[in-house]
Amino acid sequence: MANDKGKALLAWLDERLPVIAFWESQLTKYYVPKNFNLLYFFGSLALVVLVNQIVTGIFLAMHYKPDALLAFDSVEYIMRDVQWGWLLRYMHSVGASMFFIVIYLHMFRGIFYGSFKQPRELLWLFGMVIFLLLMAEAFMGYLLPWGQMSYWGAQVIISLFGAIPLVGEDLATWIRGDFVVADATLNRFFALHVIAVPLAILMLVVLHLVALRTVGSNNPDGIDIKKLKGADGIPLDGIPFHPYYTVKDLVVVGIFLFVFAFMVFYNPEGGGYFLEPPNFEPANPLKTPEHIQPVWYFTPFYSILRAIPSKLGGVLAMGLAIVLLFFLPWLDRCPVRSVRYRGMEFKIALAVFIVSFIGLGVLGGQPVTPGNTFWARVFSLGYFGFFVLMPWYSQREVTLPLPERLRAPVLPLEERDGWFWQNLTRLWHTIRESEAYRSGRVWLEQKQAQLQAWLCRTLCTVWAQVRERLANSNYYQTFMTWLKTVQGKNGSTPPSP
Amino acid sequence: MKNLTAFLILCLALFSAGGHASETAGLSSVKIDVFDLDAIQRGAGVYANYCAGCHSLGQMRYSRIQKDLDLSEAGMRKTFMLGDAKLHDSLKTALSPADGETMFGVAPPDLSLVARSRGGDWVYSYLKGFYVDPSRPLGVNNRVAENIAMPNVLWGLQGIQEPVRSELHGESVITGLKLVKPGSQSVSEFDQTVRDLVTFLAYVAEPSQLQRLPLGKYVLFFLLILIVVFRRLKKEYWKELH
Repeated sequence: MANDKGKALLAWLDERLPVIAFWESQLTKYYVPKNFNLLYFFGSLALVVLVNQIVTGIFLAMHYKPDALLAFDSVEYIMRDVQWGWLLRYMHSVGASMFFIVIYLHMFRGIFYGSFKQPRELLWLFGMVIFLLLMAEAFMGYLLPWGQMSYWGAQVIISLFGAIPLVGEDLATWIRGDFVVADATLNRFFALHVIAVPLAILMLVVLHLVALRTVGSNNPDGIDIKKLKGADGIPLDGIPFHPYYTVKDLVVVGIFLFVFAFMVFYNPEGGGYFLEPPNFEPANPLKTPEHIQPVWYFTPFYSILRAIPSKLGGVLAMGLAIVLLFFLPWLDRCPVRSVRYRGMEFKIALAVFIVSFIGLGVLGGQPVTPGNTFWARVFSLGYFGFFVLMPWYSQREVTLPLPERLRAPVLPLEERDGWFWQNLTRLWHTIRESEAYRSGRVWLEQKQAQLQAWLCRTLCTVWAQVRERLANSNYYQTFMTWLKTVQGKNGSTPPSP
Repeated sequence: MKNLTAFLILCLALFSAGGHASETAGLSSVKIDVFDLDAIQRGAGVYANYCAGCHSLGQMRYSRIQKDLDLSEAGMRKTFMLGDAKLHDSLKTALSPADGETMFGVAPPDLSLVARSRGGDWVYSYLKGFYVDPSRPLGVNNRVAENIAMPNVLWGLQGIQEPVRSELHGESVITGLKLVKPGSQSVSEFDQTVRDLVTFLAYVAEPSQLQRLPLGKYVLFFLLILIVVFRRLKKEYWKELH
């Protein structure tokens, strides 16, 4: 009955809106490579964080006051007087850092498996614009608590526009709406942060997803699954996004939420990285902090800025560091996508890039010393070298033959090529055959068994206690009596006590 | 997947253990427990007697303290509340910023968030770091915050400290402090007093931690169950693929 009514409603709806076609094209008949590994889940996670930011942001905006005199106090008001305000605020602030962790890993996946390459160039470009908008969003959001670091961070970053010849100073004043960061700046940043930029991000996310559905997902092997289709026209190595990846996404989302909740409840300041200690002091335009640094996710770019001796040069280098990412699809001349089958040149360059990026990030949070500046320059060279030399080294790579069909999500050690993996496999075998490893395993198994036994015992005790309490409670007895009368009426035997 | 989860938790643990260690160098570390309501209450008493005259806790309401510490209104009024303050008022000092500036050269700052912006270790070391320095207007200086305008309000409890100097690279530097005249409290008693005060300030800086920390385990436990259920679901669906 209910099912028939549901079907009728769906038919009614489908005549007026392409519900079924949309559902099928986006989910049940959208075929995805079956060997996605963990790196492939950061896109979905980014969506989860985006939703979290929007929902918590709406509630925060209900209580926040974008006014230089009230802003700081209104955040503390949210933390103290608003019901569950502290949770909203921490979910939003931890969410901001999580967003960047997730997005950086998402971008890393793109580079690692060559997802940006033909035919996914536009997909990559949309993603890059989202990344740019996200940086703007985070930067403006960071001003809103109106703490010392909010204020001075914004002051430093906006003044960078002043380095642009001729129009620079006027441009910086235009952005601030005042000659220093002030109430006008806070007000416009609030407007941009809560509506303009999120709106643009949402539209681009839609474009990003539409482009993805058009070209299809890449995979850890970087091969095209549409080349091999079965008799029914479905790619042999493809599985429908729904239900297979929706249920798999749920697991990863669960794990992500666990990590997220751990941070929100036990370490919302992120060890001083997510919420910086100086930001618990209200903004004071007359007192410059001795050490101004951006939040951790901007530090790699900030490091590049500081590594260049001239201000204009630094600003240009910082801009270039992001602009180069846009050109990745055209800088890379290697026809092979996935790192699994690419040559040594790319692997080394990628390793240098990763080390440089992390190195720059660490240095960006440190004070300027001659040693730090030296290393920041070395890492900047590594960062830019990856892009600038790419047309050259990616052309002369000796690539491995591509497989016909998809392989495992994570290749087992034995299947990996190259001296590094072979030696690692050999080392692993040596370890596995050693006496220490065996005794260690035995010990571990014993401990595991002990733990299991303990868990069982504890659960049994708790269960027994719960039952005892239940049996003694009036509600339970009333309920059981009621149950017996009901069952008695139905003619079945009452359950034994 | 199991290994991965373990790895993530390990990363988190390491990450949490890290933090701003470099900034707290040179400070003595203090162990406080914000769930020790007695310590908070004692600290609140010390605060009311020695700090509230000049410093505000503008973000904190009397009613919140009353609720969190489970005190009666009469008790609150007797111990902490100044003048004719109402229960929902915040802990504002009677000293006007202008008067403060005339007296000390700078208006005494609001201390609502000092335990978060500076950290508990800093507050603890600062309060124990006063020493006699005749060159300063109020006759005292501080090891942690040099040339600070604040007098040593706790001297009656602590006693008087003099600096221990030694030569380093031809310069005379302070290497320690020595108690030359004992106060009304013994060294360990005074240490307890300062720790209570830091506990109180840590609580004031984030009263929601009394809610946040106990709640966390239930949320994590729920998510753990959710992960198990989702994992079962995934296995069930993916079974038919292979």
